[in-house]
Amino acid sequence: MNPSNYVILSAVLFSIGAVGVLVRRNAIVVFMSVELMLNAANLAFVAFARMNGNLDGQVVAFFVMVVAAAEVVVGLAIIVTIFRTRRSASIDEPNLLKF
Amino acid sequence: MTELMPAEGVFSLMWLLIALPLAGAAVLLFGGRRTNTWGPYLAILTVGSSAVIGILMLLGMMQNSPEQRSIGQTLFTWVFVGDFSADMAFQLDQLSIVFVLLITVVGTLIHIYSLGYMAHDHDKRKFFGYLNLFVAAMLLLVLANNYLLLYVGWEGVGLASYLLISFWQIKPSAAAAGKKAFIINRVGDVGLSLAIMLMFVTFGSVGFQDVFGVAGQASEGTLTAIGLLLLLAACGKSAQFPLQAWLLDAMEGPTPVSALIHAATMVTAGVYLIVRSNVIFTAAEWAAIAVIVVGMITIWMGAIIGSAKDDIKKSLAGSTMSQIGYMIMAAGLGPIGYVFAIFHLLMHGVFKAGLFLGAGSVMHGMNDNVNMRRYGALRPLMLITSTTFIICYLAIIGIPPFDGFFSKDDIIHASFERSPIIGVLAMLAAGLTGFYMTRMVAMTFFGKARWEDDVHPHESPKVMTIPLIILAIGATFGGLSLVYWGNIETWLEPVTGIETIELAVPAWVFELTTLVLVIIGAVIGWMTYARREVPVEAPRGSWLTRAARKDLYGDAVNDVLVVQPTFYASRWLVWFDNKGVDGFVNGSAAFIGGLSGRMRRYQTGFVRSYALSMVGGAVLVVLALVLVRAS
Repeated sequence: MNPSNYVILSAVLFSIGAVGVLVRRNAIVVFMSVELMLNAANLAFVAFARMNGNLDGQVVAFFVMVVAAAEVVVGLAIIVTIFRTRRSASIDEPNLLKF
Repeated sequence: MTELMPAEGVFSLMWLLIALPLAGAAVLLFGGRRTNTWGPYLAILTVGSSAVIGILMLLGMMQNSPEQRSIGQTLFTWVFVGDFSADMAFQLDQLSIVFVLLITVVGTLIHIYSLGYMAHDHDKRKFFGYLNLFVAAMLLLVLANNYLLLYVGWEGVGLASYLLISFWQIKPSAAAAGKKAFIINRVGDVGLSLAIMLMFVTFGSVGFQDVFGVAGQASEGTLTAIGLLLLLAACGKSAQFPLQAWLLDAMEGPTPVSALIHAATMVTAGVYLIVRSNVIFTAAEWAAIAVIVVGMITIWMGAIIGSAKDDIKKSLAGSTMSQIGYMIMAAGLGPIGYVFAIFHLLMHGVFKAGLFLGAGSVMHGMNDNVNMRRYGALRPLMLITSTTFIICYLAIIGIPPFDGFFSKDDIIHASFERSPIIGVLAMLAAGLTGFYMTRMVAMTFFGKARWEDDVHPHESPKVMTIPLIILAIGATFGGLSLVYWGNIETWLEPVTGIETIELAVPAWVFELTTLVLVIIGAVIGWMTYARREVPVEAPRGSWLTRAARKDLYGDAVNDVLVVQPTFYASRWLVWFDNKGVDGFVNGSAAFIGGLSGRMRRYQTGFVRSYALSMVGGAVLVVLALVLVRAS
């Protein structure tokens, strides 16, 4: 199977994630979209590793997973705290940090 | 250039000439009220001692041969920078000693006179302190052996002049007159400092010996520039056209000051400067011609102003301008004139001091009124004052055998050698001198009494009349003795050089013509102001009289040419500063402020709009990469 298909799939997933971040208001869904983008990147890394015939891309994929896990911990904690104070998970409502 | 002899014997005391009055000034000015009682006597003592030292030096100098009469004394190295050095060093030669004697002897007499004149002034001590300071600075000016040290003395006399003109600073007019004198003098001082800088650049030194030794090697353009700058300096200090306006206002000062500083000594510093720098003026012909022109204009301006003023001191001030004009003009004539310039300066110092002190004595008896229209018929009441005044009057208009006759006729004679036009103009001005001086004498001492009601004219105390008598004796015999007994021409010759006057017409023709003109002027003056009634209120007069009463529009010209343009320029600069400089600075600040105010609107606080801008940025970067790769 042609490895470039994986790259195309990765690009499609990344785009879906990016659009999700931009158009959805629920913090949890936005978060999931971010995860989708990260995993799209992982897929691209692995595909490139396969194409190049070395392990560099796969190693980076592991790093990305570690960073994503840490990000989930911090991000979910923030979302839960905001939900507790405002009774809402919308990301448009907390907009006080502005001009 | 003759070599300087080392200072030995009495000449080793040269520094004391300056140090004594300086110490007197220091004691009086720093000593405070404790010196009130004995301070004035100390001041007289210091100047008197300087005069005695000066006379001893003259006697010592006369025993030396003419080549050995220039004596130098170096105290210490004063300025030492790189190649440049200037010493605190003095040079006493035939020219300096003449000035030293004039300054110290006339200075002593005026100090004594001031004792009477300023008797009731509660700031007497300060007055004597300033007078001492002036004498010290003036001696430094004439004894310095380099231009830089001369400049110190030059500024010193300017300071003393300022302090003494505005001595009664409680009067706004006196305070303003002091400032005016100081500011106009600055213009001249700029000329002197530029001349010194130019000398340093051209010759690498500012010492008299060094500069005069190599002056011939410089280009004529440079020498002309130096000469014109020195002339500018002389114009400022000696109240010559176009910087003459301050002298008439300087009469606000006490009368002894007018006599010492603004008649006898300080205002002649310009003549000293030109004669001292004679090597430069001899080599720069155009500068010398400028000197003649300036002198001639001032002779006439001064005489015309002197003829119209009713204030006795201002009339005398006009006369001083005119007489210094004669000296300056003579100094421009070249070697033929230098000697006569100094001769006239010396004679003028004596008789004009006598005239001013006489005027002071008259004012003393007339409740300090200076208006001559309120004088008249004072001769019987002030016998000594009027007699001495009339002797000095005969001296200034040049009646033989009084001293002005010898010096002024020499100048007129020498100017005919240069050009008949200069000679005729100088001769006619002598006739005008006869007119205005006769007018002054007639209005003051003769005619009918026009006193104000509560005035009781009286003769001044002896302390004031004795200096007058001594000066009158000097005005009587000074000229005779310097021509027949000790010839001033041969005396000054080693310093200034000399040229014999060669004219087809014998000298007595000029002397007689001048004398006739003077007598015509005097008779007109007598007929107008002694025989006829003098109105108490000044009549309107001809346009020339009205112009002369306004100092020939000297102030108006300064106002139009300098003061108003300065005001306009400063107003424009203020406008430029407010609108231009401040406008630019404030404008750019406002621009940045306004820009940031608009830019911060992009900080919406919505997370998704930030995310959109990030995506947009990323897309742009990717597009750019693609474009770069594709090309």
